[in-house]
Amino acid sequence: MPSLYEFANPVRFERWARPAIPWLVGATTLLLVAGLYYALFNSPADYQQGDSVRIMYVHVPAAWMALFCYSLIAVSSAVGFIWKHPLADVAAKETAPIGAAFTFLALFTGSIWGKPMWGAWWAWDARLTSVLILFFLYLGYMAIWRTFEDKTRAARLAAILAMVGFVNIPIIKFSVDWWNSLHQPASVFRAGGPTIHSSMLPPLFLMAGAYMTFFAAALLQSMRNELMARRLARIDSGEKKTAASLVES
Amino acid sequence: MRAVQAIIARDLRLAFRAGGGAPQAVAFFAVIGVLFALAVGPDLSLISKIAAPVIWTGALLATQISLDQIYRADREDGSLDVIIATSDELMVTAAAKAVAHWLSTGLPLIIATPVLAILLNLDRDAYVPLLLSLLIGTPGLSLIGSFAAALAVALPRASLLISIIVSPLYIPILIFGAGAAAAGAAGDPQYGANLSLLGAATLFAAAFAPIASAAALRSNQD
Repeated sequence: MPSLYEFANPVRFERWARPAIPWLVGATTLLLVAGLYYALFNSPADYQQGDSVRIMYVHVPAAWMALFCYSLIAVSSAVGFIWKHPLADVAAKETAPIGAAFTFLALFTGSIWGKPMWGAWWAWDARLTSVLILFFLYLGYMAIWRTFEDKTRAARLAAILAMVGFVNIPIIKFSVDWWNSLHQPASVFRAGGPTIHSSMLPPLFLMAGAYMTFFAAALLQSMRNELMARRLARIDSGEKKTAASLVES
Repeated sequence: MRAVQAIIARDLRLAFRAGGGAPQAVAFFAVIGVLFALAVGPDLSLISKIAAPVIWTGALLATQISLDQIYRADREDGSLDVIIATSDELMVTAAAKAVAHWLSTGLPLIIATPVLAILLNLDRDAYVPLLLSLLIGTPGLSLIGSFAAALAVALPRASLLISIIVSPLYIPILIFGAGAAAAGAAGDPQYGANLSLLGAATLFAAAFAPIASAAALRSNQD
């Protein structure tokens, strides 16, 4: 029975992450093709919104992923902060750019969807504003990683910021319920079952699955890159130290 | 308790003496108001409509630029290490630093607000809601800001990073604060709700910012 600590070993991580990535990429392709087919050709147009409802299949999973990625950063940060788990810090760091991209995608597609539906690219309402705050939180989190040279210190400080920023996640999730918002309330994951038509659910979940497997593949690959970059930096500084000691002697 | 009083008294003395920077924050606040008024032009009714939001934004920015000073000097002369080493509870000390920051920036801003409000032609009914919302909201700004300052204390030129970190965390206070000021001036029943949410945000910051500041200060020690 492998314990959690065995996955903490970067070498072991490399051993299972490398073969996992092609499978995840393959799954992403399948899910994306199936999801797009359902979303664009094999699902009904909305009786009010017409064909522009299809933007939903790109927009909603992106918004889910935006929240999921930040939650993952906060959880990995807590694990890294409390147990000093080295891979948790790397996972948190590498999740941030991907999560920021999903957040941007959600804002961007939402804006494209909002123009024909609401008549405006942007509205300063609770849901939109709080997702924009989430985007800025991602930027702040990434800024911490970029400004501190010492990776251990950057990890600890970024982790503290991620945990503090986590306060915003429930605010974003429930903003449409708490405030009278232009944005529609949650219609899939809600008590009492989904309120959207069942024919719209398969493409939505296929697309969400595609986003998830894509995220997993991208995360594992960038974690591998980061671990390799750190190893290179260590080797590099080791060589410099040896060179310096040779000069001194 | 004596230590807390001592830290607050010391920080206040440092802030208001030459080179302390507390008066600069108020001056900056006034300059923002004047710049806004100049940019809008001579339309008095428009200026009076945006006066409260402009004052709230100005208070937020003036707080933001003064955050760097909370821990900067202490770190440079080494007293921060002494404070961390000798504090019984570092989070209490961190809270004291935030209180001192509010007393040296937030409170002077509130005192200066009526003068700026006259210049911006604020409605007479809007004074009390605006001042009340600032009184409830600015302590939250100082608390959250002191956390960001603690995060960035080890960096030589931190104020830009502090701004990036702190802006998203400030947005709820700005929304509820400016919302309360507007609702109160208009006699809107949402006035009370906005004030309560603003108070909740400040209390939340009071509960968590000192803990996070203490963790950040410890992580930043060399």
